[in-house]
Amino acid sequence: MVKTHAAPLSPYSTAPHRSHVETHTLSVLVDNEPGVLARVVGLFSGRGYNIESLTVAEVAHERHLSRITIVTSGTPETIEQIRHQLERLVPVNSVKDLTLTVRAIERELAMIKVRGRGENRVEAMNLAEAFRAKVIDATVESFIFELTGNPQKIDDFVDLMRPLGLVEVSRTGVAAISRGPEPI
Amino acid sequence: MAKQMTGAEMVVEAFKDQGVEYVFGYPGGAVLPIYDAFFMQDKVRHILVRQEGGAAHAAEGYARSSGKVGVLLVTSGPGATNAITGLTDALMDSIPLVCITGQVPTHLIGSDAFQECDTTGITRSCTKHNYLVRRIEDLPRILHEAFYIASHGRPGPVVVDIPKDVQFATGAYTFQRNIQHKTYRPQLKGDLEHIKRAVAMMAEAKRPIFYTGGGVINSGPHAATLLRELVRATGFPITSTLMGLGAYPASDKQWLGMLGMHGSYEANHAMHDCDLMICVGARFDDRITGRVDAFSPKSKKIHIDIDPSSINKTIKVEVPIIGDCAHVLEDMVRLWRGGQRADAAALEKWWEAINGWRARDSFGFRNSTQIIKPQHAVRRLYELTKGRDLYITTEVGQHQMWAAQHFHFEEPNRWMTSGGLGTMGYGLPAAIGAQLAHPNSLVIDIAGEGSIQMNIQEMSTAMQYRLPVKIFILNNQYLGMVRQWQELLHGNRYSETYMESLPDFVKLAEAYGAHGIRCSNPGDLDDAIKEMIDTPKAVIFDCMVDQKENCFPMIPSGKAHNEMILNELGDDAGVDLGAIIDEKGKMLV
Ligand SMILES: Cc1ncc(C[n+]2csc(CCOP(=O)(O)OP(=O)(O)O)c2C)c(N)n1
Ligand SMILES: [Mg+2]
Repeated sequence: MVKTHAAPLSPYSTAPHRSHVETHTLSVLVDNEPGVLARVVGLFSGRGYNIESLTVAEVAHERHLSRITIVTSGTPETIEQIRHQLERLVPVNSVKDLTLTVRAIERELAMIKVRGRGENRVEAMNLAEAFRAKVIDATVESFIFELTGNPQKIDDFVDLMRPLGLVEVSRTGVAAISRGPEPI
Repeated sequence: MAKQMTGAEMVVEAFKDQGVEYVFGYPGGAVLPIYDAFFMQDKVRHILVRQEGGAAHAAEGYARSSGKVGVLLVTSGPGATNAITGLTDALMDSIPLVCITGQVPTHLIGSDAFQECDTTGITRSCTKHNYLVRRIEDLPRILHEAFYIASHGRPGPVVVDIPKDVQFATGAYTFQRNIQHKTYRPQLKGDLEHIKRAVAMMAEAKRPIFYTGGGVINSGPHAATLLRELVRATGFPITSTLMGLGAYPASDKQWLGMLGMHGSYEANHAMHDCDLMICVGARFDDRITGRVDAFSPKSKKIHIDIDPSSINKTIKVEVPIIGDCAHVLEDMVRLWRGGQRADAAALEKWWEAINGWRARDSFGFRNSTQIIKPQHAVRRLYELTKGRDLYITTEVGQHQMWAAQHFHFEEPNRWMTSGGLGTMGYGLPAAIGAQLAHPNSLVIDIAGEGSIQMNIQEMSTAMQYRLPVKIFILNNQYLGMVRQWQELLHGNRYSETYMESLPDFVKLAEAYGAHGIRCSNPGDLDDAIKEMIDTPKAVIFDCMVDQKENCFPMIPSGKAHNEMILNELGDDAGVDLGAIIDEKGKMLV
């Protein structure tokens, strides 16, 4: 029989003083080559790190560079480890912790489908206007809204749509860039 | 100047340009063109192993004993999967390998073709880097990049997966020496400000210790020379991990022996009580630290490592220095010589404490005239081979720890063992690799009767290439290390650890055409060992040792460095070892 213990202390865990968990946004510039995303994602699953959101797209076609933006959470020590582990991957050009180094702008796009008639439909329209969401598809009993903003704003909007007939949401995950004239 | 050739020819050409002497491999359908290219030349020698796992460990043994990149060549599917253990082993112990795998033709990839496997997918997490070569145009660059990545920065294994159609295709082969990689540029020089701070801390330290590891060996013999200079100039004590043995001469009075789970009492206590720890090319592995929250609580720590991800991974340090050991040590020696001086009075007191711990003689054991004690066997082997040009490999288990404790090394690259992964079956193929790199040296695999059976087929390889490797089996008829843990943790219930139906190792040796020796009487041991040394071909030495001997001292899991169990507390003193380890500790094994 396997005995279970309330709080097994493991020599394989990180620092014994468990500090608080933070959410950080990492911007990872990689060579756009086959398998690079698998390397990054495999690193996170293999070492037990969290991915809250991940976006990837080519950003410099001639130089074959893609930017992967990862929102992750962990203790400050874990996040420092994640950064170093990412830097070890050969096709990784650079890793920037946007939460630590710069005040970054983060944006996400969401498409939100809402189904309803009558008062709920009017209410959804009014809220959409207040959030500056665009209607990108409509039928007599549904809307699809397009909304861009930081993730919190999208969460808020989705929460408001829930009682009004929320059907489903599709989100892109976070893209981020630093403020001011300097590159990330 | 570009030469036109096939992909298969490019592989062999790249080996030549990289100065490869030996390739360890095994043929199959997906690498036939490369084997054909081998057939047409005689510069690079192919060593036919008997299983691909043997090729990987042989390449490791070659690499570790020579400082060069080890190369293996295997076919697709089962060839590649058989090599996985060795690749993982090389990743854990930072051994530079290049592994060429054949792959099914590109148009069949993904179709579950015969002997297809997702080699790059499977090896992604057990290599430093890997490639699937889809176009002949990319092959020359990738081949040379593979050697660069394997050997630069923190070394490791690199896989190049080459589909069969790419091996047949013709293209332009180019080779440029000293190319710079686009993104992979490890930092070699340490930050001088950090080094200055470190040296200043060393001058102020009252109870300093050097804690060194495999990184010093990987950095090259020059790093070991500089380490010796620095350690002697400071007068500080020095200990090392299993992987770092030989970087500092064991005969020196400042040497405390290995540290960690089965390390010496003095090394572990000095680590626990020090006020300054200078970690050079080691990584605070859990076999070293024991309980992390009780690890060396009173010390400030300096950590020199080429891999930034090793810093603060498990243990927080005050002064991180990212760089190659040799470069950083050179700066340290220069700065120290430039006017720093140790606190002599404090050091004297520190050495007094250390000598107190030393007096416990923690590697001591109760010898016998009736039965060969395994520790005694290793000591005799050491004494009788002393001064020879010698390379030692090991398998994994108690015999490995006894070898680390009782065999002593004066030079780097002489000791090859599987530390990070702890792979049984490593020692014999590694010995074959080391013997090829050093044809005139004495190469001995200190083995267990369990481990040796994991890659015994490589005896055939040793015979084919007339490699006079010596396999010295400490035969306790148990999976001893596991049995020891069963004694400690599971009430002496020896579940599946007795080695039934062992082969007659003497006859087995003879079956391979090697020489077999058996010894079970302490009185005959020296002569038998001499016979082994004097035999000009491969030998299997079946040394029948005390079956129930345990390996001490040890830090039980979940305990701190100053809570070691020593020999006199062992089973013969009637102490219930199970009671020493609490429930938490049992979880940690
Ligand atoms: C491939 C592999 N399987 C299992 C283990 C677990 N293991 C560690 S030591 C050991 C026993 C080794 O027995 P033997 O080679 O006879 O050495 P001894 O401990 O008796 O000296 C085992 C099974 C391992 N390290 N490697
Ligand atoms: Mg055994």
